[in-house]
Amino acid sequence: MNKTIITVVGKDTVGIIARVCTYLAENQINIEDISQTIVQGYFNMMMVVDTNKAVKHFGEIADELQALGEEIGVVIKCQKEEIFDKMHRI
Amino acid sequence: MINLFEVVETNEMITKENLDVRTITLGISLLDCIDSDLDRLNEKIYHKIYEAAKNLVSTGEEISREFGIPIVNKRISVTPIALVGGAACKTVEDFASIAKTLDKVAHEVGVNFIGGYSALVSKGMTPADELLIRSIPLALSVTERVCSSVNLGSTKTGINMDAVKLMGEMIKQTAEYTKEQDSLGCAKLVVFCNAPDDNPFMAGAFHGVTEADKIINVGVSGPGVVKTALSKVRGENFEVLCETIKKTAFKVTRVGQLVAQEASERLGVPFGIVDLSLAPTPAIGDSVADILCEIGLEYAGAPGTTAALALLNDQVKKGGVMASSYVGGLSGAFIPVSEDQGMINAVEAGALTLEKLEAMTCVCSVGLDMIAVPGDTKASTLSGIIADEMAIGMVNQKTTAVRIIPVIGKGVGETVEFGGLLGYAPIMPVNQFSCDNFVNRGGRIPAPIHSFKN
Repeated sequence: MNKTIITVVGKDTVGIIARVCTYLAENQINIEDISQTIVQGYFNMMMVVDTNKAVKHFGEIADELQALGEEIGVVIKCQKEEIFDKMHRI
Repeated sequence: MINLFEVVETNEMITKENLDVRTITLGISLLDCIDSDLDRLNEKIYHKIYEAAKNLVSTGEEISREFGIPIVNKRISVTPIALVGGAACKTVEDFASIAKTLDKVAHEVGVNFIGGYSALVSKGMTPADELLIRSIPLALSVTERVCSSVNLGSTKTGINMDAVKLMGEMIKQTAEYTKEQDSLGCAKLVVFCNAPDDNPFMAGAFHGVTEADKIINVGVSGPGVVKTALSKVRGENFEVLCETIKKTAFKVTRVGQLVAQEASERLGVPFGIVDLSLAPTPAIGDSVADILCEIGLEYAGAPGTTAALALLNDQVKKGGVMASSYVGGLSGAFIPVSEDQGMINAVEAGALTLEKLEAMTCVCSVGLDMIAVPGDTKASTLSGIIADEMAIGMVNQKTTAVRIIPVIGKGVGETVEFGGLLGYAPIMPVNQFSCDNFVNRGGRIPAPIHSFKN
């Protein structure tokens, strides 16, 4: 329950997944699924993660991931799964 | 399991197509604040609203952050003040003191508007109703965030023409009182026929007497999302067009439903309704008029506009109804002029007139909205425009409204800048022929025959 979706969108470059995964590991966030694709040179990745064991507050994780994204030059968003579930599933 | 493409679609709606939740509006009943002592009344109102709404803004921001969806406005609606202040207020200044209390508490809890400086006079006016109406110009000139509305008619009661006449005068006076700010007061004042009790949108939101003590109502918006979806089916027939609008409206409304449920749970306040709306803003790509153009019109206002708007409004409701457990409020497409860049462009191009707008209000969710007219427009002419709009609402059993701004000191060809979400508007010409003898008759227009359903 209460899954979180992390999306990474931006210009493809070496080590994007590594940087994001390192951050998640350091913060006890378990990755349950990863899918990615490259459309017109743009990197699109989605991770389904479980933040239940994370020590940090959701808002803090979202802010830090956003900052990490700015550092790498991609946009990283962290959103609760329900918004996608509600919109695309009856 | 949700897939990557669905996630990308949702996020593109948010980042590129201006999908947002337009407002979380907390309705608060003030009936238990009623007191014959004005100071005590003001004190009770302040405390009740402050306690109920102190976490509203922070909760809205928290939800926004967790789901990654902007929640543009956090607002409050209260019981019509004419009912609450009737026992204590003997002068217009007394009523205006309540407006100041509302303004103060709105500032302190951080909401950008508070609605409910209102009177419901669809059949008749009590002395308190009339006094509140007469206090509107003062109240709106001494406050910043207070919104006022007056219900002047309904399908069941007919139209209170005495109140229509009075409101024409009060709109004019409000314009005079706020002329230093381009008559901004009138942008926060709306008159209704068939006003809903659970409308989350300003300026017309108030917390009806049929409502619970507190309630959460949510208004969604996504004209840009609908436009983008329609741009992918250019040239297709009406069936495809309508299906596309319905599917998009469903998705947009589901977000509203989620936000409403979350807000309700976190604030410990029951969920009321989701208002299924296409509410534009002056931002580029957030326009209802642009959807009409995408449907196939050169400009909003061209022949075919009323039909296009009718189908748009209907499909938005059909798609949205299934997405939410309770729908209500105004529900439909809004067509404010100053708040929609496409509408402004249409007026400037000469494609859209006041008369065409009036026709459009027969088939959409509200009425003549955010229309700037010359400052020398007579009060009786404003009353005539209001009476026409009320008649459309009464006969068609729908909500109609008028939010018209006679901009003091300005005339046709000039523009007026209200700023922020209220946008800017070119001043539109008004029919110059007189309706004085009609407006001055006094009394009320009886309810139409089809209202007798018992």
